[in-house]
Order: sequence, then C-alpha cells, then structure tokens
Amino acid sequence: MLNVEHINVGYKDLQVLWDVSFQVNQGELVALIGPNGAGKTTTLKAIMGLRRPWSGTIYFEGQNLCKVPAHKTAELGIAMVPEGGRVFTGLTVLENLELGAFAPHARKHMAQTLEEMYQLFPRLEERKFQRAGTLSGGERQMLAIARALMSRPKLLMLDEPSFGLAPLLVDRIFAKIKEINQAGMTILLVEQNVRAALELAHRSYVIQNGRIVGMGTSEELLSFEFVRSAYLG
Amino acid sequence: MVETLVQNIVFGLLLGALYGLAAVGLSLVFGVTKFLNVAHGELLMLGGYVSFWLFNLYHVDPFVSLPLAALALVVVGIVLYSLLFSRTVKMDEEQKVQTTMLIGFGVSLILQNLAQRLWTADDRSITTAYSRMSWTLFDIRFPIVRVVSMVVALLLVIALQQFLQRSYFGKAIRATVEDWEEATIIGIDTHRVYLVAFVIGAAFAGVAGALVSVGYSIVPSMGLEWTLVCLVVMTLGGLGSIIGTFVGGLILGVAQALTAFAVGGAYRQVVGLLLFLVVLAVRPQGLFGVKEG
Ligand SMILES: Nc1ncnc2c1ncn2[C@@H]1O[C@H](COP(=O)(O)OP(=O)(O)O)[C@@H](O)[C@H]1O
Ligand SMILES: [Mg+2]
Repeated sequence: MLNVEHINVGYKDLQVLWDVSFQVNQGELVALIGPNGAGKTTTLKAIMGLRRPWSGTIYFEGQNLCKVPAHKTAELGIAMVPEGGRVFTGLTVLENLELGAFAPHARKHMAQTLEEMYQLFPRLEERKFQRAGTLSGGERQMLAIARALMSRPKLLMLDEPSFGLAPLLVDRIFAKIKEINQAGMTILLVEQNVRAALELAHRSYVIQNGRIVGMGTSEELLSFEFVRSAYLG
Repeated sequence: MVETLVQNIVFGLLLGALYGLAAVGLSLVFGVTKFLNVAHGELLMLGGYVSFWLFNLYHVDPFVSLPLAALALVVVGIVLYSLLFSRTVKMDEEQKVQTTMLIGFGVSLILQNLAQRLWTADDRSITTAYSRMSWTLFDIRFPIVRVVSMVVALLLVIALQQFLQRSYFGKAIRATVEDWEEATIIGIDTHRVYLVAFVIGAAFAGVAGALVSVGYSIVPSMGLEWTLVCLVVMTLGGLGSIIGTFVGGLILGVAQALTAFAVGGAYRQVVGLLLFLVVLAVRPQGLFGVKEG
C-alpha cells in the first residue's frame, strides 16, 4: 500500500534521511522505532509532502506521492497524527473534528464519522464545545487521533502518540490504536517507546541516524542493542 | 459648548467607523498571512476613485457602487497577491514582515504616482443630492451619508466576524492561523487561505475608500495617512479580535475629534501616534487582544 523507496531527505544542506526504504501493506500495523533525532518525524513529513525528498520516491497505492501537493495527501487517504497530540487549541473540540473532514470525500460523511468518533472516544463528545486548549494531554492525543480519522483515511500515521503521557494513559491509547487496526485500518506507528510499540506491531523497522538498520518482529529485533536496552529498561 | 463637544464626539465616531473598517481589513491580512501590507492605504484610495469615477462618469449612486469598488479591489488583491506577496509565503515570520513591507512600499509608491498621473493631485469628493442632508437630534447633526456609511462598516465587520466564527472555511482560516503545517496535514490549501484573507482585506479597504469618497474627500496621496491610521487602530484593538479592532477605530476617531476640539486640528494626527505609544507601553497585546502564550 505504502512503498517508500530509497529516499534521501534533509533540511537546507543537512541530510537527515539516508536511503530510507520500507513498506506498509494493507491492514498491517507497522512500527517505525528509533531514538530521538533518528529521523522518524522527518520520514512522516516526507510522506505527507511537507518535506520533499532530494531523491527517491514514495508510492501510495501505486501513485507517486512526491508529485502530489501537500494539502492533497489527505484526499488520497493518508492521515497523520502530529507529534505531541498537536491540535488547534483555539478551536473547540467539535471544530477540530469538523476540520478533520476537510477533504471532499470525508466532508460528505462528516455527520456519520463524527458519531463513530464519539463512540470510539466518548470523552470527546462530553467536551465537544470546550476549547481544545483546555483538554488534558491524554484527551488531546485522543482528539488528534479522532481528527485524523475524520478524514476516513486508508492509512493512519501516528507520530509518538505515547509521548509525555503517564503509563496508564499510554496503555489506553495503545489499546485504542489496536482497536482501530483490528477494525481494518492500516497503521504506521512511529515510536520511541520501543516496548509498547513492538508489542502492538505486526512488523517493525528500526531507524537510527537516518538509516533503516533492521526490520522484523519483536524477537527478531532483539539483536539490536538499541532495542534490547529499551527492553531491559 | 457641551453641544459642540457632543457634536465632535459624534463626528469622531462616524469617521472612526471607517477607520475601524479599514483597519479590520489590514488586521485580517496581517493576522492570517503575517504580511504587513503598507500599501493598504493605497488600496483604500483606489476604492475611493472607483466610486468617484463611477459616479462622475456614469452617475452610479455611491452606495450602489460599493460592491463594484469591492470587486475592483478583489481583482487588484488577487493580482498583487499572486504576482508579489505570494513569493514570501515560505519565508520565516520576521523575514516575511520585512520583505512584505518593502513590497508594500514599492506598491504604494507606484499606485500613488499612477493615481496622480491619471487623475491629478486634486481633492475629489462625491456630491449627491442627499450629501448635505442630515438628521438632527437634540441639536446634534447626524449627516445621513456618514451615518449610513457607519452602518455599512459595522455590518461588514460583523459579517466578517461571523464568517470566521461560524462558516467552515472561516474555521479553516482560524486553523491555518494557529498552525499552517497541521492545517496542511488535514488537507487545507493554506495558499488559498492566504489568498482569501488578502483579498478580503483588499475588498474592505476598497469599500472603506468608497465610503470616504462620499462622506469626506479623496486624493492620490491619502494612502500613507490611512495606512498609519490602520496600524494605530490595529495596535489599539489588538490582533485576533475583529470587533476589538473596530472599536479601536471608534476610539481613535473620538480621540482625534476631541484633540481637535481641545487644542486645534493641527494635533489630530499626533494623538494617534501618542495612543499608539501608550498602548504599546502599557498593553502591548492591544486593548482587546489576548496575550500570547
Ligand atoms: N526543521 C528542521 N530544521 C533543521 N533540522 C531539523 C529540523 N527538524 C528536524 N531536524 C533535524 O533532523 C534530525 C531528525 O529529526 P526528527 O525527524 O524530528 O527525528 P525524530 O522524530 O526521530 O526524533 C534531527 O537531527 C533534527 O535536529
Ligand atoms: Mg519526532
């Protein structure tokens, strides 16, 4: 479904990603794990069209994403939950969700998707007229996920959804992600929280210093020092 | 004495409404795009001439021609944005403000000189059959033209505020203001948002100019003074508050009128700058603005 092929990406003259390739198949939950500064967010931005690769290509359902303007990526069926549960804090919860359905195909089904989101995250319905800035960290993360789902994506990408959350909340968010995946959503999960990500994912890629250094199931990846130390604590 | 004072306040409010209308346009553009368009006053001047010539050549009533003045400025806005201002979109904020100021100065010089060549440096004003009529209430005069202008200004400002608060595209504009990257991720074409904001700002300037040409007078060199007025009002009202900016316009109008009344007309301009400095020192987020962070 998503094929990232040999992309090199950077900021100004600083190269961040080096020959990065990976793929996500329909229905999979794939994790991209790596330490801080490895290039995980940059990878997601390249897929969204916010950062153009210097070379290499990204295909989504056979279409070359590098030729698609950034704001059209959502229309093709890719949604991204930005780092740190970034939401529009000055807008209400409901307004955030409504805007999530900005892409034309999603706007037609807005009312129905909204109902689904309230079922998935009942807390959001209770808070729908509240400004998103007044939500707690966990609620914001849920809003960010729900807003992404409002676009009725085929591929959901999450950038460190566990970041800054208490362990109990992390469990709850990850349970939701699993639930969403089991309902048929293809997911690319970016995480530093290696243990939680590996438990959830069907397959994982390890990224370090801008390079993909390994791929496999959690057992297979235990040979990586970075993964092992994360497991052992 | 008291009557003269009240009369001055009334005139101040009536003019202040046009300050407010023009400043709301500039403030919207700055708030959304971070373009400081110092040619805003010249756009206002152009709107005034559109109305003036439509009236003089084709006898179109100035209130009927308001939409045409707006439309003309929509076209000018689209051209200016696409040709010049859009090139700065990718810059960081500080560089953007600086570059757009330079562009704005260039545009304002060109428009001002062009207007002088084409239409001479004479003061112009639209005189209709009802221009001299006014309502009188307790010996206070309310010139009909200026009262209607104020109502038009108020309605437009409220309409814009409602558009931003309630319409889907208005919400998209607010989202883009908060975080353009996040907005792009969910599929908002931020270039289009910037264009729309810029064009609405230009149209507001156009309508304000047209109203100035009926109730007051226009001249090719009026732009700079109006840009300064808008900047002062924008600072008074505070960014991000449409209604606050409009009220800021009323305050400046009254302050100018009172100054003229108390110490003479020559000090009208000074009071604006004085207010500007005081507000910057005491309440930099503006009277109605929200503190950042
Ligand atoms: N806007 C930027 N400008 C310059 N360098 C950046 C920018 N964003 C990220 N970087 C650099 O790119 C590298 C990878 O960053 P990022 O993709 O955010 O990593 P991760 O998400 O894995 O923590 C880091 O070294 C970071 O300093
Ligand atoms: Mg990151």
